Amino acid sequence: MVGFLGANGAGKTTTLKMLCGLIYPSSGQVLVAGHQPQRRHPDFLRRITLVMGQKQQLIWDLPPMDSLRVNAAVYGIPDRVASRRIAELSDLLELGEELTRPVRKLSLGQRMKAELLAALLHEPEVLFLDEPTLGLDVNAQLRVRQFLAEYNRRTGATILLTSHYMADITALCPRVLLIHQGQLFHDGPLDRLTSRLAPERHVRLELEQPAPAEAFNGLGHLDSLENCEVNLRVDPASLTRVLAQILERFEVRDLEVNDPPIDQLIGELFRQGSL
Amino acid sequence: MGRYWRTLRRFWGTALATQLEYQLNVLVELLAVVLSLGGSLLLLSLFFGPGRELGGWSWNQALIVQGFYTVFDGMTTAWLRPNLGAIVTYVREGTLDFVLLKPIDSQFWVSLRTFAPAGLSEVVLGLGLAAWGAHQSGVVLTPAVLVTVLLMLMVAAVILYSLWFLIAATSIWFVKTWNATEVLRALLASGRYPLEAYPAPLRLLFTLVLPVAFLTTVPAEVLLGRASFPLLALGIVLSAGFFAAARSFWLFALRHYTSASS
Repeated sequence: MVGFLGANGAGKTTTLKMLCGLIYPSSGQVLVAGHQPQRRHPDFLRRITLVMGQKQQLIWDLPPMDSLRVNAAVYGIPDRVASRRIAELSDLLELGEELTRPVRKLSLGQRMKAELLAALLHEPEVLFLDEPTLGLDVNAQLRVRQFLAEYNRRTGATILLTSHYMADITALCPRVLLIHQGQLFHDGPLDRLTSRLAPERHVRLELEQPAPAEAFNGLGHLDSLENCEVNLRVDPASLTRVLAQILERFEVRDLEVNDPPIDQLIGELFRQGSL
Repeated sequence: MGRYWRTLRRFWGTALATQLEYQLNVLVELLAVVLSLGGSLLLLSLFFGPGRELGGWSWNQALIVQGFYTVFDGMTTAWLRPNLGAIVTYVREGTLDFVLLKPIDSQFWVSLRTFAPAGLSEVVLGLGLAAWGAHQSGVVLTPAVLVTVLLMLMVAAVILYSLWFLIAATSIWFVKTWNATEVLRALLASGRYPLEAYPAPLRLLFTLVLPVAFLTTVPAEVLLGRASFPLLALGIVLSAGFFAAARSFWLFALRHYTSASS
């Protein structure tokens, strides 16, 4: 599983489309599973799949099952085999009677899981996933993530994943590629990139009583302080110590710890001029 | 081939199921078909006084032309518009990506993905009207004539499809081609009257450039037993040429497809 990162407009989707053979490279050569993608040879197309978080292939007015049957016919999968795979995959995805309800009546998360099922029916060896968790709530994101991990473990398929959610990447991808303005910036294990990219955690606090700025000395970098709302940036190494001290010193109504959004991290990285 | 056949059955099965989600719609469309045919017949009757002819065609013979026109109008409604009209949507929303990534011919997919059953009633009505006109004109239907008529109707269908597809394929560049297909549809409407009803320059245009003549007048002439062999041969050559043009233009257009961004 490879995570594919880059700021908006860095060329992630373009690269994915080129790897799928949707657009022709203006120069150079692309090889995927031993094929030149832009030829879109049927053997090649049977071995790959593309899932896009913002586009859907399921028929809007019909249950996903109808779209699945269409796909089975297109890929020449016999009915019996198709039924078995649908049963297996829907089991993994925790899809049941949703498959027989019109797509327009499904929630975003259910729809995305059905999209995944439709994209995986032909058992592709290479999966290109463009923002598969976009817009999903936390639970649904987690479900999709668990499914991808399990699918990868069972089939050994290669998965190239782009996501705006750092959690997707951290949970799934031991190897990460980062591109910036069409250039490869990083290729390697995730921890090396995160230590470069996300040296700090964002801590958001809501206090019962307003506190002065000095009260946060030694707790990290103070980003903003407005009445009872406080934003801090904290070194992950001292995060637990800092949180303990905060709870000790203040009366806290609400507390959140976040990774900064990946786009922001990458943006910061490039502003720091480390390129 | 088996795979394409099975896919086609799934395509049309889902199309039918989608239509049934909106049953009232189907009913309304059926009503519209009957009303529009009634209107066309009324219009046609205005050209004919008692015992008069239109460019050498009697009222009954002109009914055959009108019947074939209705058949192709039905074909447009049932097949061409829902499919080729959707190419624009595929391009604009970027879902053409999914089509291109399927191990199946993309022209097959975009041309046959769906159909609208309401148009079929128009096809049946048109065939009925043509049969009635032929009967009233005293046509004796021999197997040879029937086979030739069917062949020419197929030639006509291929020409119509190819023309429509050529225009629809330009949406890969222009995205919006709705206006262009409406112009085409208006031109096709000229096929509801026999070719001889038009002045000579238009006749030439309708035979060679936009072969509307082959859609309606030529099959009607075959039915009336007065078509010449060279004309039939020209029809077959033209349809093969148009189809080849549509095919190669599609492959050319796909090389320029840039896909909608995410």
